[in-house]
Amino acid sequence: MLTPVTDPDGAPFWQYAAQGELRVQACADCGEPRFPPRPCCPHCQSFETEWRALSGQGRIWSYVVPHPPLLPDYAALAPYNVVIVELAEASRIRLVGNLVSEPGAPVNSLDPHRIRIGAKVRFTYDEATGLPQWVLERP
Amino acid sequence: MTFKDATAIVGIGQTPFAKHLPEDERTLACRAVLAALDDAGIAPGEVDALASYTMEETDEVELAKAVGLGDLTFFSKVGYGGGGSCATVAHLAAAIASGQATVGVAWRSRKRGSGPRPWKNTDAQLPTPAQWTRPYGLLRPVDEIAMLARRYMHEYGATRDHLFNVALACRNRANQNPSAIMYDRPLTREMYMTSRWISEPLCLFDNCLETDGALACVIVSRERARDCRHTPAYVHSAAQGLPAQHHGMVNYWTDDPLTGPAWTAARHLWKHADLTPQDVDVAQIYDAFTPLIPLSLEGYGFCGRGEGGAFTEGGALEIGGRLPLNTGGGGLSEAYVHGFNLINEGVKQLRGTSTAQVPGAATCLVTAGEGVPTSALLLRS
Repeated sequence: MLTPVTDPDGAPFWQYAAQGELRVQACADCGEPRFPPRPCCPHCQSFETEWRALSGQGRIWSYVVPHPPLLPDYAALAPYNVVIVELAEASRIRLVGNLVSEPGAPVNSLDPHRIRIGAKVRFTYDEATGLPQWVLERP
Repeated sequence: MTFKDATAIVGIGQTPFAKHLPEDERTLACRAVLAALDDAGIAPGEVDALASYTMEETDEVELAKAVGLGDLTFFSKVGYGGGGSCATVAHLAAAIASGQATVGVAWRSRKRGSGPRPWKNTDAQLPTPAQWTRPYGLLRPVDEIAMLARRYMHEYGATRDHLFNVALACRNRANQNPSAIMYDRPLTREMYMTSRWISEPLCLFDNCLETDGALACVIVSRERARDCRHTPAYVHSAAQGLPAQHHGMVNYWTDDPLTGPAWTAARHLWKHADLTPQDVDVAQIYDAFTPLIPLSLEGYGFCGRGEGGAFTEGGALEIGGRLPLNTGGGGLSEAYVHGFNLINEGVKQLRGTSTAQVPGAATCLVTAGEGVPTSALLLRS
């Protein structure tokens, strides 16, 4: 499986995620959250940043179900789901992720037919991989 | 200095298209460029400008010395894969209109049929957003576009039948084009609806071909064009498009991810044109994936927001319809060479030599990939 190849701007996201925390970069001057992380604020041009903790609540904005041809590790799990979650506190920030049956479950653990655009989901993470995951609020 | 109609495409050339061609990309590039110059009736030594894609493997030095070009005074490469196709012509047109060069050649040579799939490369990390998408298994361009397609279908009621209309129009035109890879392979609704998934909601026939091949075209000033062999295809208007806060094909982090670069390019394109979308006789719209067509139809102003699916109904994209589409078969059914075949097909329509000729076609829109930073050309005879 591919692991995140981080850059200096994005690294804090993964460090917080590995501790089970969902945080996004925000401008420390004007307060505007931004994603993906970048060196300065496109609204006020400030280079001062903070990492803002979020509730971890969101809704499914869209999803796909990939089938082969895929990289071998992913082909072995296909069909699996990839979702986009629109965060409750920042609708412009939509995180790509996987919807799973329970924290730590594999990316193909949930029947794709149970996924609906608009469904409420909650942030969790896989302790084994350190990757964020999402579970349904009402399974 | 004015850009409008100041330059024209006067030569086009291409190699055969196939899943596998024996020659390497550099040789194919040379063949396409020489064919285009021969078509224009211009000697290689007269070429002083080149333009291609950043993903093109054959560089200017290799091409120029192989085919015997003259002293070059302008050369540029455009990024973002298939988003750069029309910009190659636009850059040359701007260079010639502003006096930086006199004879320009744009080209693309690619062995995408028998060569590697870029998304399979796990050593070179793809652009920065990859860290936010690829670990979760959003690996391929088709996955990234399927995400937008699902949301588009949800928001506006577009259906798989609308996407089939796109695939069918391209296949029907390919069935008229002996050079097309799918020339002898008709498509039916049954085949489409029962084909295997690639990334739900997109199936096999929503995806472009994987092709070996090369194409080129020659651009000169309007004055020079009058002396060339064929009817000039004038570059009436051209634009690139990178919207504010856009994120590339994974444009998931803006207010409206479904409003992509086509909208930006279109505003500039029509602002500088004497024409409107209603004046376009035939369109060559970048079709790496079928959902790019309804999105582009909206972006370039052929219909309103959310109406792109419905626009495809009633044979609108077929010959005789409201907007005949991709008349050589497009990337879906002629060849996928990063959209360069769409440029050359646009020229054929204006010359009256297409294998699926739109009677009296005098204006043609050509677009590059929607989703990525893009470009577009408005050609007229």
